[in-house]
Amino acid sequence: MKSVIAEHLVKTYRNGEVKALNDLSLDVEEGTVLGVLGPNGAGKTTTVRILATLLKPDSGSATVAGIDVIKHPDKVREQIGLSGQYAAVDETLTGWDNLVMFGRLYHLGRQSSIDRANDLLERFDLTEAARRPIKTYSGGMRRRLDLAASLIVKPKILFLDEPTTGLDPRGRQDMWQVIQELVKGGVTLLLTTQYLEEADQLADEIAVIDRGTVIARGTSDTLKKQVGGERLEITVEPADLDKTNQIVAKISGHATHVDLRTVSAPVLHGSKDLMEALRAMDDAKIHPLDIGLKRPSLDDVFLSLTGHVAEETVQEPVAKGKRGSKR
Amino acid sequence: MKDAIHDAMIITKRQILQLARVPELLVFSTIQPVMFVLLFRYVFGGSIDTGQPGGYVQLLMPGIFVQTVAFTLASTAVGLAEDMKKGLIDRFRSLPISRGAVIIGRTFGDALLNILVLAVMAAAGFAVGWRPTSGILQTTLAFLFLFMFGYALSWIGILVGLSVKEARTVQSVGFLVTFPLTFLSNAFAPTTGMPRALQYFAEWNPVSTMVAACRQLFGLENEFGATANSWPSQNPLETSLLYMVILMAIFIPLSIRKYNNYSN
Repeated sequence: MKSVIAEHLVKTYRNGEVKALNDLSLDVEEGTVLGVLGPNGAGKTTTVRILATLLKPDSGSATVAGIDVIKHPDKVREQIGLSGQYAAVDETLTGWDNLVMFGRLYHLGRQSSIDRANDLLERFDLTEAARRPIKTYSGGMRRRLDLAASLIVKPKILFLDEPTTGLDPRGRQDMWQVIQELVKGGVTLLLTTQYLEEADQLADEIAVIDRGTVIARGTSDTLKKQVGGERLEITVEPADLDKTNQIVAKISGHATHVDLRTVSAPVLHGSKDLMEALRAMDDAKIHPLDIGLKRPSLDDVFLSLTGHVAEETVQEPVAKGKRGSKR
Repeated sequence: MKDAIHDAMIITKRQILQLARVPELLVFSTIQPVMFVLLFRYVFGGSIDTGQPGGYVQLLMPGIFVQTVAFTLASTAVGLAEDMKKGLIDRFRSLPISRGAVIIGRTFGDALLNILVLAVMAAAGFAVGWRPTSGILQTTLAFLFLFMFGYALSWIGILVGLSVKEARTVQSVGFLVTFPLTFLSNAFAPTTGMPRALQYFAEWNPVSTMVAACRQLFGLENEFGATANSWPSQNPLETSLLYMVILMAIFIPLSIRKYNNYSN
């Protein structure tokens, strides 16, 4: 069953001047994670805002948990959690204040709201900071609290808009761990990111979007295959470079690429070719410093799909209601 | 409906909590009106001969009360614009809460703050010689008028806050609107000295009718107000009430509509 379906979404800003979404369609299978990957301005946030009932598309349709987001936004809101760069918490209040307030707004009773707030604070390792204003939190703590606020009623479907943008590597690792635990709990997740590595880590399936439309989708593996197969890559001492080059060229049958100490070339049979290379190297009495099969990174995927590197394409307009600076 | 009130109360409570967490907010909201009371009382009070028993401060206090509640417009707008900018309103809008609860809650919160500010100002006024002479009932009614006026204006603030993108812009716009409105009135000086066109404006200015209404309710003769025998200056209570009803009838539905559609 599909938990999220978006069909032919179109959204323009400034009276049609800026096309944020241009016939975007995607869906998320129940209990899985879809990573929506794209550069700034590709339409990620606009997509999430439409699915989370914050924005109406110009045309197209979408359902979340089987409910039409345009016709019954109230019912959709009961099913979802939203956290992201634009859905925030009250910075003057403490973490505890915020969670209790959101609990009350979800119509949990007073005591249940307090219990739930305490649970979530503990789960996200924020108990110590619970009584401090959010203003004093680090970026990572703030994101964790923001995520906690979206989990108050244990939503089955969660939208995370760039959950780690602006975090340091440590904060990002922590956030990934938190998200992975959530996913184990069976939540359906739609996650946007501009980090290729993040989509690779967290998502079952990836939809690559560029200029308001999905240009490719599939698992991380299929996307990588789409770009090209594996490459055999051997690093040796410079003295052994020529001989190694001959070996690789013979196995590959394609043109090799030679760096200072590394030879690489596309291969068709993966590990079989790798074994053959190892035997040939052994016969020639060359000790490789490093040898392995390299698959293309998602950066390569993006480059080959879009013809340009993953960078800001069109500036996403500051639409009415879509405000704030990147943190 | 019950849910709507429940949700609005939670939002109101949030504003009270903010005051508790950041007490400076409270100090800054009360310090300016108190400063105005003292400045006007001692700077102008000595040189304006009112012919009233009790002197200028009797006439000044209603003026300053009205001016202060009029600034609710700007503070509501700024608060809302900041919440929008920070993404808090988006979070609220993604929750299954009643339509309008978020902005209704904010107007309640700002109204509560007004009660507090009015109380502090009344105390300051009392300290510098202000004495209402009309008895407890009429005096209370005057404060009720002030409270309602502030509440009606905060709905304009809601619409402004939802329409402008930058909180700082809101601050300037709010100032640009409320400042001339409070000075082109009978609040601080008689309108008789103004050019004729401005006198007409001042007579019909809701700030003037409110000030006149309060003066009447605090037990003063209405001689300091508009001198012409115009209907608003003769019937300040009725005119003020009419203004408040009109303002709310226009701005409450407009604001709620804007809130529900603001991102389209």
